[in-house]
Amino acid sequence: MTCTEFLAMLDDMIDNTVSREMRADLQEHLNGCEHCEVTLNTTRKTIEIYRSHEIYEMPTNLRDRLHKAIMERCKKGC
Amino acid sequence: MATIQSIANENEPHPDLALIERVKTGDISAYDELVRKYDRQIFRIAQHITQNREDAEDVMQDAFLKAYEKLDQFQGNSKFYTWLVRIAVNESLMRLRKRRTGKMVSIDEDIETEEGTVPRDLADWAPDPEQNYTQAELADILRKTIQGLPPGFRVVFVLRDVDGLSTEETAESLGLSVPAVKSRLLRARLQLRERLARYFKRKKVPREKGVKSDVH
Repeated sequence: MTCTEFLAMLDDMIDNTVSREMRADLQEHLNGCEHCEVTLNTTRKTIEIYRSHEIYEMPTNLRDRLHKAIMERCKKGC
Repeated sequence: MATIQSIANENEPHPDLALIERVKTGDISAYDELVRKYDRQIFRIAQHITQNREDAEDVMQDAFLKAYEKLDQFQGNSKFYTWLVRIAVNESLMRLRKRRTGKMVSIDEDIETEEGTVPRDLADWAPDPEQNYTQAELADILRKTIQGLPPGFRVVFVLRDVDGLSTEETAESLGLSVPAVKSRLLRARLQLRERLARYFKRKKVPREKGVKSDVH
């Protein structure tokens, strides 16, 4: 397997949607290719960081204000 | 963070359907529950597309009001959340167009870019690299980094990787084909990785005193 072929399967590897046979092939490539191993690990880390850090926090007072406005309009039938 | 997928069960009706039925019979408190359940996600998506706080506030209000008005049209073939996201994405794009009059703004245009398709930065990252920054610094880095991506990439990444929607649900929410979602997701993930590398990669330690390091 070449690095390009590995890269084409990167998302499936991350999302765990590869067959057992394919996974074995990908793992074999990883064992001998540091670059692809780094790419896989750091891409996983990228996703993990974005998933675990809210970058657009909605403050409680804003949330309450918007919520109140929505419900008032809904009560009036919009 | 809980994902949307984790609360869904393929074999049972989605809990939102019961709430929607109650809303349809005039029980407005059930809509209150739906708003509270999804307001943070809708606000986040609107922020990612519009990149403007006021616009995101307006989008959130308008999307929930529009969904309420159109609730009779919701057939239950898809998840309520997927349907709601589609409304919010359209509202967000409308706001963006207003701000950038004369400029085409679309989520479905395919962005021809070679960037991110081949990883260039192959240096490994420090272990737990986020710990080298304060929460505020990290949020700033993550915001700046994702803002550099085209809107069509940003929103696919957020729906798939942050919200936890499936590829099919993301495609449905955005009116894109499944292959288009897949191609954008790969490029978004790789571009973000590449851009984050400059903050997170392992610093080289000079082996002996007096040896110049290329690390600043």
